[in-house]
Amino acid sequence: MQKEGQIRIPSGCAISAVISKSGKRMSGEKIVSSMVPVHDRSNGLGGGFAAYGIYPEHRDFYALHVFFDDDVCRADCENYLRERFEIVDAEVLPTRTMREITDEPVIWRYFVYPRRTRLRALQVDEREYVVRVVMKINSTLKGAYVFSSGKNMGVFKAVGYPEDVGRYYRLEEYEGYSWTAHGRYPTNTPGWWGGAHPFALLDYSIVHNGEISSYDANRRFIEMFGYRCTLQTDTEVITYIIDYLVRRQGMTYEEAAHVIAAPFWDTISHREPEERERLTYLRTVFSSLLVTGPFSIVLGFEGGLMALNDRLKLRSMVTGHSEDGDRVYIASEEASIRKMDEDATGIYAPAGGEPVIVKVKEGRRAAVGEY
Amino acid sequence: MATELYSPGAVRINASKFDHKTLNEKIRAVGGDCTITGCLGERFIAAGMSEGHIDIEGTPGNALGAYLNGAAITVHGNAQDAVGDTMNDGEIIIHGSIGDAAGYAMRGGRIYVRGDAGYRAGIHMKEYKEKRPVMVIGGKCGSFLGEYQAGGIIIVLGLTDDSRRIVSNFPGTGMHGGVMYLRSDCDGVRFPKNVTARLATDEDMVEVESVIADYCERFDLDVDEILDAPFTKVAPDSKNPYKQMYVAN
Repeated sequence: MQKEGQIRIPSGCAISAVISKSGKRMSGEKIVSSMVPVHDRSNGLGGGFAAYGIYPEHRDFYALHVFFDDDVCRADCENYLRERFEIVDAEVLPTRTMREITDEPVIWRYFVYPRRTRLRALQVDEREYVVRVVMKINSTLKGAYVFSSGKNMGVFKAVGYPEDVGRYYRLEEYEGYSWTAHGRYPTNTPGWWGGAHPFALLDYSIVHNGEISSYDANRRFIEMFGYRCTLQTDTEVITYIIDYLVRRQGMTYEEAAHVIAAPFWDTISHREPEERERLTYLRTVFSSLLVTGPFSIVLGFEGGLMALNDRLKLRSMVTGHSEDGDRVYIASEEASIRKMDEDATGIYAPAGGEPVIVKVKEGRRAAVGEY
Repeated sequence: MATELYSPGAVRINASKFDHKTLNEKIRAVGGDCTITGCLGERFIAAGMSEGHIDIEGTPGNALGAYLNGAAITVHGNAQDAVGDTMNDGEIIIHGSIGDAAGYAMRGGRIYVRGDAGYRAGIHMKEYKEKRPVMVIGGKCGSFLGEYQAGGIIIVLGLTDDSRRIVSNFPGTGMHGGVMYLRSDCDGVRFPKNVTARLATDEDMVEVESVIADYCERFDLDVDEILDAPFTKVAPDSKNPYKQMYVAN
């Protein structure tokens, strides 16, 4: 059988998210349940979750979640990792044996930090170093795929319905201050574990509902900067675009949103002069990173979430919050929000291209994930 | 009139026990009035139904009342996307707000919404002879209101207390039939070239008033208060709105 990345089939999905603005940690139970009312938006070929603040005891180390075809591939990859990282901890990622989840790869979790000598020799910062190693493994090491590489966060994904995937990874046993979820209906690729959402690099993770028509244009541009799109799925490229704009270009999340979902020239021309100039600059300089076609995404990052729709708003997305205002919810359908919190209020549909950015309260950031 | 048939609580169906397919089978089996409780995202509720009044508690899923053919639906909270998709007849009353693409290709019947509508309300509504769909949005609308509208009447009242414009960007894009009335002087709203927007005349208001009177009755609102404001009438500018758009015709 051809794997994902070797074949392209030209489709829908469900996304949801929750964050506690005070940084209070919550178990994965609710986010998994949010996928139940939107079961029919996916077709059993992919489900996944990103969780932030779940590894406080290892908060200073990069948490690598890796799929292996078998233990031989694992041994090769571990040798590769050992040369580049100090491995603080290595273990099989805990899962539950379930009838609904089959064809499991070998799944391991490593807590690592870069070897200082290597880092000095390469003269790059730590995060760039981690990105390079992840790119190298995913594009050249056969049978190994790093699907999560951030600090104090983790991605959990598989082929299956999202509510089953959540049980499979025992997400009720984790506690995070922020969670995102995805149910997949793959349209361009056959659906492999690595191709499920979220797609993550460092602490950036993306869940996405849509179909990006600018994929190849975006890919060609982003690959000039060392990123390797290995899976032919549009979501992967968005993750790298965010990493490039935010980490490497130093943009704010809002600016990155105005590159990805830039307003129409007509809309820009009617803005106030200063705003017009700023939007014109972003749209002109980063024109190859304009993402076209229908999408709604939730970007997870350390200490926050950003929800964004394509500028024509061709996919649905609503937000809401708990009565006390601490929890903010985002989902493809209001039903998912009501499943997480039946008293949720302030239901709001962000406009196309209007980013909704929620951050854990200033000053609480250091406390995020405290235990 | 459908509301006269309505007797709430005649038959109660708890949606949380069923998937959308089974739920719809149950509703059809009742064949008349029923109340659905605990609704949470179940799709296609009452699709294609011709009679009865379906009263909904909770949040119904997408394509509520798709192809509705004469039945009546009342939702006490919000509804999601594509309410009344390709609806032919009947009425849908929403006490909360609705998502995107409400009344998509609707060709008859009425949709009344107390709150706001998302993007593309009334997209490609159409009419033929006596079939003339009506949509009234009590709050405000997102972008692309009445996109490709080919017939029917859309009324937006803007009754929410916030600073947003009554309608967001690109209203009436590709509109080539039907009419929209916006309860506002539409200062700051930019309409495309294919439509004309001007203040409604007394003659125009005759039709608007009868629809709004019916709407106000459903939501217990004061008709006179609502009518005491300027209305802007938006209609296609020519019989050939696509002239010069794609080819030099």
